[in-house]
Amino acid sequence: MRITVTVNGEQYTRDVEPRLLLVHFLRDELGLTGTHWGCDTSNCGVCTVWLDGTPVKSCTVLAVMADGHEVRTVEGLAHGAELDPVQQGFIACHGLQCGFCTPGMMMTARWLLDHDADPSEEDIREAISGQMCRCTGYENIVRSIRWAAEHGGGARTADADADTEPAPGREEVRA
Amino acid sequence: MQVPAAFQYERATSLEQAIELLTRYGPEARVVAGGHSLLPMMKLRLAQPEALIDINGLGELAMIRVDGHDLAVGAMVRHAELLASPVVGEHFPILRDAERVIADPLVRNRGTVGGSLCQADPSEDLSAAFSALRATLVAQGPGGRRTIGIREFFLGPYETALNEAELLVEIRVPIRSHASAYRKVERRVGDWAVVAAGAVLEISDGVITEAGIGLTAVGARRFVAEQAEDFLRGGRPDDEGFTEAGRIAAQECRPTADQRGPVDYKRHLAGELTTRALRAAAARAQGQEA
Repeated sequence: MRITVTVNGEQYTRDVEPRLLLVHFLRDELGLTGTHWGCDTSNCGVCTVWLDGTPVKSCTVLAVMADGHEVRTVEGLAHGAELDPVQQGFIACHGLQCGFCTPGMMMTARWLLDHDADPSEEDIREAISGQMCRCTGYENIVRSIRWAAEHGGGARTADADADTEPAPGREEVRA
Repeated sequence: MQVPAAFQYERATSLEQAIELLTRYGPEARVVAGGHSLLPMMKLRLAQPEALIDINGLGELAMIRVDGHDLAVGAMVRHAELLASPVVGEHFPILRDAERVIADPLVRNRGTVGGSLCQADPSEDLSAAFSALRATLVAQGPGGRRTIGIREFFLGPYETALNEAELLVEIRVPIRSHASAYRKVERRVGDWAVVAAGAVLEISDGVITEAGIGLTAVGARRFVAEQAEDFLRGGRPDDEGFTEAGRIAAQECRPTADQRGPVDYKRHLAGELTTRALRAAAARAQGQEA
């Protein structure tokens, strides 16, 4: 089946089997391996991407269901050469340990901060409650997201409606 | 890597077309909404439909609205939307309570209300909550629309009263002066209930005029504890009555032992959670947040 999916602002058309999962489409068909693939049972959340502006677990979405829709992955998080405040926060507060859950955590964090510029620790823990860190490093992940909120991370709220648009600066990177 | 078996994929662009496709493919077709129950079952080969009919394009089924004296929830409304709805929070705190403990925020972003009910999983939360509320389900098939009381809808585990070519389109609940609450015990965030109980109380002049008790994960017939409801009706909303209603509900259910606990523990929980849900509902009836 031929599908066209917009990923991080760029259109991709591919022939896929209906049973192909979105996570494998992103990784194997498009080579976007930033999205990780973990438990395969919708529990761990490492495969989290945005579908039409909402974070979802991409191991439980068929690629054909994304036909005509917009996906944003961790590769679409940075604004050109400038890292997103969420990415900066994960560096500043040692939010990565092994890094396996990091892309999914960051995608949820970005979404949370777009909708709540100043989330409490409780809000952050609730937002990432469907995602597992196999290093059990939740403390620093929560701190990283708070860091992003305190360092202009929530200031992109104005862009929230345009969150599936190509990130500013994207063209520069490709050029 | 877990991969579903091969299937035909059809995307419905209208309700009529969805029903047409269901008619054409017959019993080997399944409707996919959020897919968060169905796709894991397909990966595990517990389900192996020959065709999937995707109804995600049917925006008309994605509305929450007040229609006359009813709250109408479209079958394609996502869990996150039900949780965020102000009208639901105001009139049906039982649904808000339940949604807060259904899976996790990411699963709630995708999973749908109608899908949850049609899956008829014996441990599902909304099935108990809507049963306590005595919701009415609107189904559409080749012959038109019909309504089914939710207490006639669940025939058994994973089995509903929907005919092969019928689609659940809407869930309706009358908006009336009642109080409600939902209480659940789970092993960890996002897990299915060990046991959960929902309570709905209508109180007039200090007397309970109607009661609804929903139970999930404990083998309660059609997700409700009818004898406990009968006991409450006509009584006073006090702790003594709620404790007795919990005791009756615990006797009514038929839990099975599994990795979530032995039978006596689940029965104990069924009673305790019923009592707590009733207490919380009564507190809300008096304007206290519970």
